[in-house]
Amino acid sequence: MKHVTRKATRHVNQNEGLIFEKSSPGKAAWKLPPLDVPDVDPSKLLGSAERKDLGQMPEVSEIEIIRHFTRLSTWNYAIDLGMYPLGSCTMKYNPRVNEVVARLEGLANGHPYQPERVSQGALRIMQVLSECLIEITGMDAITLQPAAGAHGELTGLLMVRAYQQSKGNPRKKILIPDSAHGTNPATAAMVGYDVEKMQSNARGMVDVVALTAQMNEEVAALMLPNTLGVFEQEIHKIAEVMHAKGGLLYMDGANMNALVGKVRPGDFGVDVMHLNLHKTFSTPHGGGGPGSGPVAVKKMLEPFLPKPVVITKPDGTLAFEYNRPQSVGRVRAFYGNFGMFVRALAYTLANGPDGLRQTTEDAVLNANYIRKGLEGIYDLPYSTPTMHEVVFSDKLQAKKGVKTMHIAKRLIDYGFHPYTTAFPLIVPGALMIEPTESESKEEMDLFIEAMRSIAAEVEEDPQLVLDAPHSTRVSRLDEVAAARKPVLRWKPAS
Amino acid sequence: MTPMRYLPKSPSDREALLKAIGARSINDLFASIPAEYRLERDLKVPRQMAESEIVDWFRERSRENGDGYATFLGAGAYYHYRPVIIDSLISRGEFLTAYTPYQAEISQGTLQSIFEFQTMICELTGMEVANASMYDGSTAAAEAVMMAVRLTGRRSAVVANSLHPEYREVLATYAHHQSLPVTATSFTDTARVNLKELEKLITQETACLLVQSPNFFGTIEDIAAIAEIAHKQGAMLVVSIAEAVSLGIVEPPRQADIIAMEAQSFGVPLGFGGPYCGVIATREQYVRQMPGRLVGQTSDKNGKRGFVLTLATREQHIRREKATSNICTNQALVALMVNIFMTIYGKVGLRELAKQNLAKANYAAQQFGKHARVLFPGAPRFNEFVVQTTEDPYAINSRILGHKIVGGLPLKKFYPELGNAALWCCTELTTRTSIDTAVGMVAESERSVKSAKQEADVQEVTR
Repeated sequence: MKHVTRKATRHVNQNEGLIFEKSSPGKAAWKLPPLDVPDVDPSKLLGSAERKDLGQMPEVSEIEIIRHFTRLSTWNYAIDLGMYPLGSCTMKYNPRVNEVVARLEGLANGHPYQPERVSQGALRIMQVLSECLIEITGMDAITLQPAAGAHGELTGLLMVRAYQQSKGNPRKKILIPDSAHGTNPATAAMVGYDVEKMQSNARGMVDVVALTAQMNEEVAALMLPNTLGVFEQEIHKIAEVMHAKGGLLYMDGANMNALVGKVRPGDFGVDVMHLNLHKTFSTPHGGGGPGSGPVAVKKMLEPFLPKPVVITKPDGTLAFEYNRPQSVGRVRAFYGNFGMFVRALAYTLANGPDGLRQTTEDAVLNANYIRKGLEGIYDLPYSTPTMHEVVFSDKLQAKKGVKTMHIAKRLIDYGFHPYTTAFPLIVPGALMIEPTESESKEEMDLFIEAMRSIAAEVEEDPQLVLDAPHSTRVSRLDEVAAARKPVLRWKPAS
Repeated sequence: MTPMRYLPKSPSDREALLKAIGARSINDLFASIPAEYRLERDLKVPRQMAESEIVDWFRERSRENGDGYATFLGAGAYYHYRPVIIDSLISRGEFLTAYTPYQAEISQGTLQSIFEFQTMICELTGMEVANASMYDGSTAAAEAVMMAVRLTGRRSAVVANSLHPEYREVLATYAHHQSLPVTATSFTDTARVNLKELEKLITQETACLLVQSPNFFGTIEDIAAIAEIAHKQGAMLVVSIAEAVSLGIVEPPRQADIIAMEAQSFGVPLGFGGPYCGVIATREQYVRQMPGRLVGQTSDKNGKRGFVLTLATREQHIRREKATSNICTNQALVALMVNIFMTIYGKVGLRELAKQNLAKANYAAQQFGKHARVLFPGAPRFNEFVVQTTEDPYAINSRILGHKIVGGLPLKKFYPELGNAALWCCTELTTRTSIDTAVGMVAESERSVKSAKQEADVQEVTR
């Protein structure tokens, strides 16, 4: 029998085409109800402003759309599939009840300008969440307006600037440790501050002596990132040094998952901090967003909060207060990513005080378990006690020419998402692992086994690791070509 | 205590982990926190709730939040129908619970869908490149202005007063610390930008002009004329689009250099103001100054088509304080909603949808016009219009609310000079019945004000 080469392969392995490649005139996935008002002639109403052609927009049926996106989805890794140990990203379980309550009719369809009389439910959610976050952080006031962590940083530094200005001088500089996330310096620049770098000490922490020498009246604030998963043991001294010269202490709350219910930044001297609801408070990452970055502050910064703020009126009802003469203004239209407030509050209610504490304890327990399981196999550049994430380096593997990125790609073949690579910058060849509380002992044992197995492969067959991944639908993609000659949209073949 | 349901460990698992680590108790692992700062009490947050209690609690909040009300509100947040498959698809864990697609080999689903999103945004806006999303329309507009400042090397901007007032506030916040003076330009009695004034305001020092079209009052701007004035002086034109559905039937601002859009209308729930989906689109030549993530096409070792995040040298994780923006997390899942919506309606459906919006608003404006004054005649509108009444619109609205209808947005807060004016919006979801009810209430208000006035006049004469 003659062998026939067939085009068909398993669906998930096929190159699911672009939606435009499935389009043909006359197909539709929509149906509008009949108009209950007189129809109009657009050319009469709009004249030359009328659009006649929608170019290459697709025409496809509903089943094709379902299959298209379902197939695409199968090419993604996700928390729902397994451990997602991205350091500093806190990829924890995203509870499904959050999604259900965020879609309740009155919350999903609430218009931001509907009268306050019929907005009491949304205002109440904002108020209760605010109270919870203030208690969790140990701060005095909060704004929920920022749309993500970096947006929260911007808001926080705007408040720092406004505060310093109110004291007579906005000052010139923000101190940022070399271990900081890229958003920290980028944000400082947006607020018109110069960035002054600070070197971490041998334990990966802020050097208090060096800080004391560096701190002066030109410094508006110190942005404390703590990306090593260690606790700044001299935090109170850092706060004292800053406060003594009129500076403020900003804490990047990306790593709050190590602290909730165990220690409160407000208690150890932090003046302003943002939270990432899409990290610590379980709202889904959704492939890169939406996030939500509330900013909690101490009393003296409260007058500068973005407007509006939620207040309780004398009759007990809730309202937005716009009359805030010292406010830094607005950082976003409306009130922030409200849908994320609903989810974060649902998470907080599902946990309660005992659940929140247990969550933090489990997150720290998990990171220490992974540290123990991989210590010696991978180089541990800082022996400082681990909180919720652990940072190794590729020093031992680099001898065989294998770098952190290769190990990360090989991890994909073992069914895990890579850890964070090449960050923080103070650790050359970093492997930054944050398991979160959502991993069972069994899942972590699998992960440790995979990492140990890769370390063995590096010794025996480094090429195997260098060429990874081997099991994915696409192999290593040519990023250089993508950047050199960018193709940023589909175009019909001419 | 019952075990916390999201945590996958038994007490004996925890014991085993502690033992493996060599710790005696969990608190050993927190020993690096100075004792005086350790929280030795429970957090004062509500007690742990069952799932059923959580659903009940939020249901109660939902009922207190205008559940079941019809609305005439627009003003940057639009009530359109959301086809059900949007939520079916975005609820797939592979989309919902994935991180930013930095690891391309296991993120092709997200990457390819963003590539399609970028393509469709380009098609609809008439631009050549679009990013993967910004936080919302307001921050997209502010960032677009900053982008124009970098591109031109000039340090001032002109902004139309008919731009959404909250967008203007956000721009003011962003511009304040960039030492960027922003001048406002007024609108005429058609609600369009005052071109004569614009001629004077735009100079060789102007980095860009920012206008909205359809503008805050629903009026479509004469983009060609505006662009000419801006370009004559070498300034860039940034156009903000807050009502994305307009793109189905209104010619896009092709003469713009940068478009800053809010795509909420495309399948994103109103959600009391967010999360929404900002987008920046521009010409290819400006792409390296564009903020936000971008997906590009490439191929793998075997020549198979694939997609990656690209041109990252613009971004904060590479450039730090020299980046085009500090944006990191964006609105990816919301952009996926927008993507699916655009795919569903497509080439023909988007136009039909936009036409229904046009028809409903046209009918409503005509009906209101019989009893009250519809402001700004003489220029085309999309799905919003301004109605001026004799009585305070807050008072009229509070009576309309009794019919479970939320009336148009009173403009006093933003434009006191327009007096008793309100901004009304109709979409495909606005029924003729609710339009007629609202018009009836406005008519009644005008009648009673008039008869009260007549009565007063009669008394005056009698006296």
